[in-house]
Amino acid sequence: MSQSAFAQFGFPSELEDEAIYILRETAAQFERPAILFSGGKDSIVVTHLAVKAFAPSKLPFPLLHIDTGHNFPETLHYRDELVKRLGLDLIVRYVQDSIDQGRAREESGKYASRNVLQTTTLLDAIEELKFDACIGGARRDEEKARAKERLFSVRNEFGQWNAQRQRPELFHMLNGRIATGENVRVFPISNWTELDVWRYIQQENLPLPSIYFSHQRHVFNRDGLVWADSPYINKSPDEQPYAATIRFRTVGDMTCTAAVNSTASTLDHIIAEISAAEVSERGARIDDKRSEAAMEKRKKDGYF
Amino acid sequence: MDILHIATAGSVDDGKSTLIGRLLYETQSVTKDRLEAIHQASKRRGVDFLDLSLLTDGLIAEREQGITIDVAHVYFNTNKRKYIIADTPGHFEYTRNMVTGASRVSVSIILIDARNGIVEQTARHYYISALLRIPKVIVCINKMDLVNNSQARFNSIVADFKRLSENIHNADIAQQLHFIPASSLHGHNLTQPAPEFGWYQGPTLLELLETADTNRPRELAPRFQVQMVIRPRLSATHDAQRATELHDYRGYAGRVSSGTFTVGDEIEVLPNSRRSVISHIDKHGQPVQTASAGESVTLRLADDIDISRGCLIVSPSTAPAAQKTIHARMCWLDHTALSPGKTYILQHGVHTTQSKVTQIHGVLDVLTQNVNRNLPTLKLNEIGDVTLRVAQPIFADRYADNTANGSFILIDEWTNNTVGVGFVA
Repeated sequence: MSQSAFAQFGFPSELEDEAIYILRETAAQFERPAILFSGGKDSIVVTHLAVKAFAPSKLPFPLLHIDTGHNFPETLHYRDELVKRLGLDLIVRYVQDSIDQGRAREESGKYASRNVLQTTTLLDAIEELKFDACIGGARRDEEKARAKERLFSVRNEFGQWNAQRQRPELFHMLNGRIATGENVRVFPISNWTELDVWRYIQQENLPLPSIYFSHQRHVFNRDGLVWADSPYINKSPDEQPYAATIRFRTVGDMTCTAAVNSTASTLDHIIAEISAAEVSERGARIDDKRSEAAMEKRKKDGYF
Repeated sequence: MDILHIATAGSVDDGKSTLIGRLLYETQSVTKDRLEAIHQASKRRGVDFLDLSLLTDGLIAEREQGITIDVAHVYFNTNKRKYIIADTPGHFEYTRNMVTGASRVSVSIILIDARNGIVEQTARHYYISALLRIPKVIVCINKMDLVNNSQARFNSIVADFKRLSENIHNADIAQQLHFIPASSLHGHNLTQPAPEFGWYQGPTLLELLETADTNRPRELAPRFQVQMVIRPRLSATHDAQRATELHDYRGYAGRVSSGTFTVGDEIEVLPNSRRSVISHIDKHGQPVQTASAGESVTLRLADDIDISRGCLIVSPSTAPAAQKTIHARMCWLDHTALSPGKTYILQHGVHTTQSKVTQIHGVLDVLTQNVNRNLPTLKLNEIGDVTLRVAQPIFADRYADNTANGSFILIDEWTNNTVGVGFVA
């Protein structure tokens, strides 16, 4: 049974029902929720689900974007269009401001990235805006530390995840009670796989940032991955950019996301490509390659 | 496409992680880069085979100690359906994690090491599967290669297990029990029949999973708890026509716990016992005619009645009774023992109320099925029968009749932790 055969099966509607249930619980149990919006497909799907969950009311909470300053311009363009089209509230906080205020320090060297720095900006934003629930698009199938996450993940005032002290979640009952200063990370699409996300995007006909589809771009090779050329990456002289036909399978900022060679220009092509892929989604995440436990360490520091 | 929820449980070292790793591997759910990472990690640990257990052990402490600490969720597909495994550890806080992981599954897989046969944990696994009324239990007798694939050994474990299941007496459960031989290290009888078990004519593990009932309670009495009231407040300056249209919109958002609701149905709203008729069902902003168990929808009623979060919408002919005194079997989940007389928050679905445990009738010894009637409290991982009083009545069914509307959790007001789970008797 090859994976490509799975592509013909539909999206399991139970996943949408569950996500909407979780989003409604979040609105009901918390005073100030926000959707953590990155411009990636998972946060786009969560936003779409939230719009559905409260229809015909307006989305009862804002989107929060932590802008590393190293975004793909296509992602920002998409974000602004989406907010306008759906009449959403958007709040942006900048990693650059955290650096300017001496709250975070720019990394140096070949692998310099702002991926870790954005945790500081996020925690500052949560404190400043008094968010008690931050809704994210993380999925359990992405990564082994994320496989242990709860739907409502309680974080202390430093945003830290304590994997060994998590609340049990029984049946469908969600306990969002927290003490002052604590907050909860909410993961409505925990039980979705990458393929589920794409099937849903197709079923709902959701527009996506253009970088998810095949296009021409200047890239260079490093560590067996295809990196997008950008002014934010410190290249060595032998890393010569060249033009290639690529797309992005997962989108973080320009310093932590690698491209894949691809001619997939439609959702059908993308689904077929992923179904047959031999490399996992986060195989193209430079941020995960730092160590075997890179994600768990970041989560303990307040990352998603 | 439907989803089958599965729980796996086993004692230390009976090969549970390897079994799951194998299932993923053989259904081609593991990508090359993950396999390569496992290959490297296996070598670092000095094992000379592909240690598929590394697929599920996620936390640093787990990999260091070679054990599983917390419930992990694992996903795979076949051409029949999507599968979600709640993989529960076999030692630390065992009962707590198993009850949690198994609380919404249709199938429980219990692993037995063929060399050791039935051990203490086997009885616990089976008891919890019976307590939770999981419809299908698959007893997977693993590591058959280490007992020369012996049919006699297999049969003797099956006989032992049957005696055990009769001892854990739950005559009213229509539970299917299956026994299969396997060797997860070699992939015998998981997705492919194994020639090594020439004496075994039954299904493989995957065949059992592909044909299991997903158990959505559509046939039960209709139950719908209101999560929130949706009253759009649109600005008239933005879209005057839409604002007028929606001015009187009043919808009750929630997820159908059991049964089916159809436009035109007469309903009763608890706790006030007001009746009305369903005028509309909206699913994600679109009108639909019916909604069944598991679906998230918004109900609209013909009459304007006072409804808020936590109200239960039911069919008048099958409405559950109000209970201020609740008898329940409880499993305690917290390091701090149950304190009789202390106020806990009882959460039944999305409805919460203050509660007190007024009596502990007995604490069950899962292994002997003896009840100790003279214990003052219920400690972590213990199961007992209790009576609770609640501040506002709840409208629960017996867990035996309706699992979705028959369970509740207790929350400690001081720590906010979920400390207990109850099954209404």
